[in-house]
Amino acid sequence: MTTATPTPPAAEAQPAATVLSATGVTMRFGGLTAVQNVDLTVNSGEIVGLIGPNGAGKTTFFNCLTGLYTPTEGTVSYKDKVLPHKSHLVTQAGVARTFQNIRLFANMTVLENVLVGRHTRTKEGLLSALLRGPGFRRAENQSEQRAMELLEFTGLAAKRDHLARNLPYGEQRKLEIARALASDPGLLLLDEPTAGMNPQETRATQDLVFAIRDQGTAVLVIEHDMRFIFNLCDRVAVLVQGRKLVEGTPDVVQSDERVVAAYLGTPYEGDTSAETAPEDGPEDTTGTTSTKDTEGGTA
Amino acid sequence: MITMTTNTPTTTKDQPAATTAPGLIPLPPASARITAVIGAATTFASTFLAWTWTEAFPGNLTISGYPGGLQVLTLTGALLTLLFLLSGQGIRGLRWLTPGGTNSPVLLLALGTFAVTWFAVGAIAVELGGLVNLEPGGWIAAVTSLLLVIAATALPSDLPADDQRPATGTWKRLLHSFKAPEPGRAAPLPAWIEVLTIAAACGAGLIVFTYGIGTEYGQLFIGFLILTGFGAPALQRSGLVRRFSTLSQKHRNVTITAAFVAAAAFPFTQESDTYTSVAVSILIFATVAVGLNVVVGLAGLLDLGYVAFLGVGAYTAALVSGAPTAALGIQFPFWAAVLAGAVVSMIFGVIIGAPTLRVRGDYLAIVTLGFGEIFRIAMQNLDGTSGPDITNGPNGIPSIPDLKFFSFDLGEPHTVLGVELGRFANYYLLMLLFTALIIIVFRRSDRSRIGRAWVAIREDETAAGAMGINSFRLKLMAFALGATLAGIAGTVLAHVEYGVHPDGYKFVHTVPPNSAFLLAAVILGGMGTVSGPLIGAALLYLIPAKLQFMADYQLLLFGIALVLLMRFRPEGLIADRRQQLEFHETGQLDVPKDSATGLTKTEA
Repeated sequence: MTTATPTPPAAEAQPAATVLSATGVTMRFGGLTAVQNVDLTVNSGEIVGLIGPNGAGKTTFFNCLTGLYTPTEGTVSYKDKVLPHKSHLVTQAGVARTFQNIRLFANMTVLENVLVGRHTRTKEGLLSALLRGPGFRRAENQSEQRAMELLEFTGLAAKRDHLARNLPYGEQRKLEIARALASDPGLLLLDEPTAGMNPQETRATQDLVFAIRDQGTAVLVIEHDMRFIFNLCDRVAVLVQGRKLVEGTPDVVQSDERVVAAYLGTPYEGDTSAETAPEDGPEDTTGTTSTKDTEGGTA
Repeated sequence: MITMTTNTPTTTKDQPAATTAPGLIPLPPASARITAVIGAATTFASTFLAWTWTEAFPGNLTISGYPGGLQVLTLTGALLTLLFLLSGQGIRGLRWLTPGGTNSPVLLLALGTFAVTWFAVGAIAVELGGLVNLEPGGWIAAVTSLLLVIAATALPSDLPADDQRPATGTWKRLLHSFKAPEPGRAAPLPAWIEVLTIAAACGAGLIVFTYGIGTEYGQLFIGFLILTGFGAPALQRSGLVRRFSTLSQKHRNVTITAAFVAAAAFPFTQESDTYTSVAVSILIFATVAVGLNVVVGLAGLLDLGYVAFLGVGAYTAALVSGAPTAALGIQFPFWAAVLAGAVVSMIFGVIIGAPTLRVRGDYLAIVTLGFGEIFRIAMQNLDGTSGPDITNGPNGIPSIPDLKFFSFDLGEPHTVLGVELGRFANYYLLMLLFTALIIIVFRRSDRSRIGRAWVAIREDETAAGAMGINSFRLKLMAFALGATLAGIAGTVLAHVEYGVHPDGYKFVHTVPPNSAFLLAAVILGGMGTVSGPLIGAALLYLIPAKLQFMADYQLLLFGIALVLLMRFRPEGLIADRRQQLEFHETGQLDVPKDSATGLTKTEA
């Protein structure tokens, strides 16, 4: 938290419209309940973080939101319309996502990848492609123009003719974001956008996410990098073992004992013997440091 | 200084010496060159001598001063070798032949000439029973072509721009000697010269194709395959292919027109209908392969029952053709028959696609294979005893009347421009129109929102879904479009072959078209390209047709050839840029250097 960050809470002042609201989302795989009764709302102009230890059900929850999974119970609605359980319809409605493991179209060029993202916002069918009327040309030109805008925005314009697979890792992540933005989403879901990045790249991604938010797209982000999350988000939800543990501003979440416990573990409660004493030590210090930080932040 | 030398191959061709490594055989380059020139020239001259004493060997190689049969191939090979050698020496007026590599094309052509010559000599010895049947001319040709190859291996090898390390080990050095640098940017020429070049290239293509299809006996066809097999990579290494593709991109419409005119000129080069009947079959087969390329190459759906759609089109056309045995006693005009064939095929495509496209990958291949066989067996059984009488069962629907456009009967020979065009020539020209149509459909659908969505589905279906692509709908669209294109080709096929028969649409058979050969044509030629399936289909049709003496081993050899191809050139003969990069790690070389847009600046 040493890096100075722009945290403009300007959007909070306005009465924010709800973009995404998930109510009572439960996902069971046979006997295993991966996500249990999770409620989450994202308001327009907001960046919301979703954190939790590995295996907490974050990505499963994402998949429920984007229609890759059909949740066992609960509904997800985008701008007051219930989202269907088909990923392409969810994207059509205005929710775009990236993937935890990069899933670019590896053998298409950078530009083509973004053009594929335009799919839902254009409607030239096979017949118009075969006839090549003026309408088709216009639509293609507009798509390409918009795609180039997005490549400029993410800083990939110089590499438009490279194959996606030949981009360095950080740029592949950026391209995934550009491709998702090409569908003009009202809500962007980022699944671990900075995984495997060095601090400079993480900073760049952070600025990119702020820029996306400033363009009017709400963002929901899963991340393990706590510094990134707490710098970035207006609100953070913590998912532990499929349940939502806490939700609140970064300060609230950071100082919550249960969050710390979920990440670092708690001593066995029934055991009061001296063995647990050493483990209390580091936990306490973490607690205190985060409190200090909170104080520093609020001061 | 180092950056200077690495940049030279791409920027200028003035210093070929800087981009070469020592040859395989330690000879001084100067003497190697002289020996090679002498070898090529004497090989060339030897074709004017008699190679054997009797006309029992096909092609008549007995006349001095008049090369015939296989001698013509040796002559062509030696002449090309000589020209490329002299071009590599910087002879004025020939430099344009080798904008890329200079010595690797020479080596390839020398090997091709050598292989053809020794094949001819060997064939004479085997056929006539002993080396004693060789005349001195044959011996001279064998020795001089060997000399040529030895001298060519002693030439210093070219080095590609991205691979300047000298190779170690004999095998690696041998492989290395086939590599060549990419040609630099061509100097701008007047537009009319560029157009003439394209026309000349298309004309040359027509000559090669006409020669190949007109080879009268197996030995000549094998010789032709050997020479083109070495000649094509030689042209590629010399940079001419790259130059041509740059030109053809610049003048797209001219190239398409020239290629179409060259293809349409083929029947006018033929005196009889013997080879036009082969050509029309190739054309139909190739067209169906292009249609299959929509399904396999673009959308990545492995369809093993594709020939069924050809059959649907053919049967539909037969039923409405007015053939005496057709169950429907009606006769549609041809345009209506084509439309009916296309629509019925499309409906079948949707009906078969809707359930099968819910499975992916290997499962889809098996299910389509099953549906392909169901079609054939159903046609066999709709004979009035085991089902309603629609298709006459195993007898098929014979004697379909020839097409008539107004008073123009396609079944009758007509004299056009002083050349008599027979029945098959007429159908060839008709089919060519449909081929052009289907190529246009392929190209236009490829370069559109729909085509991009197909490729995206092929690359990663889940990610494509997350980008808002309704993958089921688009896969069904690809399947139905592929079926429609095959159906159109099928309507012509029914008329060309006088009838339809269930056994014409098997999964695998020794004669194309069948599903296995169609898929092989696409994979052999190159997935996702237009010219790939055309060339693949031509080869796969001609090889069984010309080499009937090895009919028993045909499928075995075919299998071996496919295995070798997948090992050494998995992207097919004509590589889609995307496919080539997928199979060969080439770093960042995918950035088009000759990009016409000028937006790409790798240096920037």
